[in-house]
Amino acid sequence: MTVQPLLDVQDLTVEFTTRRGIVKAVQQVNISVAKGETLAIVGESGSGKSVTSYAVMRILDRAGRIAEGSVMFSGIDVKAASEDQMRDLRGREVSMIFQNPRAALNPIRKVGDQIEDVLRTHVQQAQVADRGEKAIEALEQVKIARPRERYHAYPFELSGGMCQRVVIALALACNPQLLIADEPTTGLDVTTQKAVMDLIVELTRRRAMSTILITHDLGLAAAYCDRVVVMEKGRVVETAKAADIFANPQHPYTKKLMRATPRLGVSLRDLLPEEESASFASPRVRGEADTLGSAIAPRSVAGEGDSPSTVLAEGAPHPDAPSASEARRDPASGAREHSVACGESQPLLLVDKLVKEYPRQGATAVLGKLFGRKPPVEPDVFRAVDGISFSIGHGESVGLVGESGCGKSTTSMMVMRLLDQTSGLIQFDGEDISGIAPSAFARLPQRSRIQMVFQDPTDSLNPRFTAARAIADPIMQLGDVRGRDALRARCEELATMVGLPHNLLDRFPHQLSGGQKARVGIARAIALHPKLVILDEPTAALDVSVQAVVLNLLQDLKQRLGMSYLFVSHDLNVVRLLCDRVIVMRTGRIVEEGSSEQVLSDPQDDYTKELLTAIPHPPLPVH
Amino acid sequence: MLTMIGKRLMFAIPSLIGVVIVTFLLTRALPGDPAAYFAGPAATKEAVEQIRKKLGLDRPLIEQFFRYTSDLAHGDFGNSLTTGQPVAAEIRNRLPASAELTLLGLIVSVVIAIPLGVLAATRPGSWIDHLCRVTTTAGVSLPVFFTGLVLVYVFYFRLGWSPAPLGRLDVFYSAPPTVTGFYLIDTLIARDLEAFRSALSQLILPATTLAIFSLAPIARMTRASMLAVLASEFVRTARASGLSPATVIVTYAFRNAMLPVITTLSMVFSFLLGANVLVEKVFAWPGIGSYAVEALIASDFAPVQGFVLTMAVMYVLLNLVIDILYGVIDPRVRLEG
Repeated sequence: MTVQPLLDVQDLTVEFTTRRGIVKAVQQVNISVAKGETLAIVGESGSGKSVTSYAVMRILDRAGRIAEGSVMFSGIDVKAASEDQMRDLRGREVSMIFQNPRAALNPIRKVGDQIEDVLRTHVQQAQVADRGEKAIEALEQVKIARPRERYHAYPFELSGGMCQRVVIALALACNPQLLIADEPTTGLDVTTQKAVMDLIVELTRRRAMSTILITHDLGLAAAYCDRVVVMEKGRVVETAKAADIFANPQHPYTKKLMRATPRLGVSLRDLLPEEESASFASPRVRGEADTLGSAIAPRSVAGEGDSPSTVLAEGAPHPDAPSASEARRDPASGAREHSVACGESQPLLLVDKLVKEYPRQGATAVLGKLFGRKPPVEPDVFRAVDGISFSIGHGESVGLVGESGCGKSTTSMMVMRLLDQTSGLIQFDGEDISGIAPSAFARLPQRSRIQMVFQDPTDSLNPRFTAARAIADPIMQLGDVRGRDALRARCEELATMVGLPHNLLDRFPHQLSGGQKARVGIARAIALHPKLVILDEPTAALDVSVQAVVLNLLQDLKQRLGMSYLFVSHDLNVVRLLCDRVIVMRTGRIVEEGSSEQVLSDPQDDYTKELLTAIPHPPLPVH
Repeated sequence: MLTMIGKRLMFAIPSLIGVVIVTFLLTRALPGDPAAYFAGPAATKEAVEQIRKKLGLDRPLIEQFFRYTSDLAHGDFGNSLTTGQPVAAEIRNRLPASAELTLLGLIVSVVIAIPLGVLAATRPGSWIDHLCRVTTTAGVSLPVFFTGLVLVYVFYFRLGWSPAPLGRLDVFYSAPPTVTGFYLIDTLIARDLEAFRSALSQLILPATTLAIFSLAPIARMTRASMLAVLASEFVRTARASGLSPATVIVTYAFRNAMLPVITTLSMVFSFLLGANVLVEKVFAWPGIGSYAVEALIASDFAPVQGFVLTMAVMYVLLNLVIDILYGVIDPRVRLEG
């Protein structure tokens, strides 16, 4: 006799009606969750993992519908249930935590009221006075300090981690049996991620709840779940116990995902599938890869995310290429050679005692000034960057690591001259650029030697510009290439360098995949032969397999073009792969600095240690 | 809250000073010679000169300006050349007429447009969505004088349901003692139900005309902003928590969707208040818009200046009200106050 699972999804197929016809987002999916079990659904964007969970709760968009299969939740047929029944189920029996907690809360309603809304819907007998107490209790359970005060807070008054706690409180207010967490920690800092995940696990264990964790992060899945379901393009490709799947992945896609996840003890090249890591090494092969890529590239536009197979197809297997381990060069030693060659005399970028202060005064102070009243006794300023000094050598890549609000982005913006510093010195290539006003910098020749790659590949491209136009933009502003044909030739040359098929150059951003857009952003940044490229979390919005390809591309370009990188990131694993040196920042100060290997394997500062232990690591795969 | 209001009013002072200067210069730059107009077509050159001297128009511009502003400071808007009445008194009489008409028209239009927009947004592609589209298209494409005339033709001339479109009150009734200047309210205060009914029946047609016109922007904005909010993540969270559709739509979606709607409302209101000259003409409404246009045609400085200044003050006050409303609805705005 087998125990009836709490949730049993059989042969689920979900269809979406689009203008291009019917798209099957999820096909023949089988998932079951036992009582008290924690299940992870892992996959990259477009794999259908979120759609599956929406189908379970029946909150699909108007265009989507469950076409085939059945969803049984503790004896209730979700597909056949009435809308009233479903509403009763949602929030009381099954509840959901979403990605981006700040957006998941009503911005103009007190968080306490929002929790009460749920209680009011599902707990009829509770008295009015009692509900307020229950909402405070719910806030207490998610370990929000001073819950009685927070009850009256609005979401914008709380930090991201705090908002996610409120969302969890909301989801658990009615003691549901199943919790679906859809990327609950994406966008949160690692230490916050750990705190939030630990909280979810603690609360669900205590109540013997079942949990479905939807994530793209294998490490997270391994650290917190009993069983893992791997999905690819709307299908389940592998289901196994968490321990088994990491020790012995069966499906090629699972293997590829695991390879692509940055982790301890691997190099950049190891992230790529074995055949492809080799092809990355020599430029000769890359040329071939491009032609191959362009043959494959015009893919159906129906899928949104990166279909990893096409992205990876851009790198072609080559039997003659040296093996992965041979092709790999120790990046640190390479940079060391480089800096020796250039002479130790002068670093490319020298930042000395850089300070950025923001006034904390409100409108009242402005008005006081207007009417000649005496200024506030203490000018209240907030130091975003508090006297930091560092340098970047020629051909060196330095990682700037820290959690949100630590001042790393402010620092990079000051180096970029997008922001004026309060005090301090910035020397670039022997010239003092700290005196240049941000408004004047855009027209100076130095501007072409410092370039930037932005975090969001979509938002950082003009939606009305084709890829070619986007790449040509800096050349037209500051470059010396004149004439249509010459410009086009330069764009094509750059596209070849970043592995973007030429026929994609005339497409608009919305016609490109995330990885392709990232390539356009990189091509644009290197168009003017910069000496320093500031990479602001360039892979944070990408799937792991695409991230692996882009990181390798960046490493490749750096070696070929002799650039230096300032890599701004919160992901220590990624920083370690790409950077020679790491600077760890906290609340505007540098807490630790040193070579990547040294800082990551033997951190000295407590904060660095905390950061490192917060990263969930998948168990190392058996080679 | 009070400090915020005070602050806002203080920030309005520079723009009001700007309005005073600009209207003064603009009216001086108008084509046409008020002295010649005032003297009449048969006047001799000397007579015109004399009038010019009397009006102070022969003085340097700067002196005229100082006299104008010092008069303003005493609450004196000058006298109209054509009617001889003080401008301040005329505006005081006519502004409530325009405001009553506009407000009623706006209330009618809000009562129809907002539910229409909300329903259209919650049921995209349904018949109500199409109805919304047709109504709004018709509303903007029919000129107000045309709808006004059609309404008068049908309801007065053909059906005889409504009284003659001749002003605010039937000739048989006398105006109620002025308290607010709004006849609907003043007649009620005076407990004169007959006059109230008369005032209301006079108001219905022009108010409907305005409502049809202002329906479109409000309904479109409501629909668009509801659609955006309904697609947002917190509405999905609310749905996933099993809240009832009414709670989701009213408490979660509608309150958030209100913000752009309120902005549109304020724009429509200030536009209608001064710009519904055509409606006022069709219904012989003694409003402020037709007053200003007549003065403008006659090159009559004082009423035009008075009108523009009044509208500027109204606009500042309206914006203040909108900002306060914003603060009531959106706590994030409150913080910046």
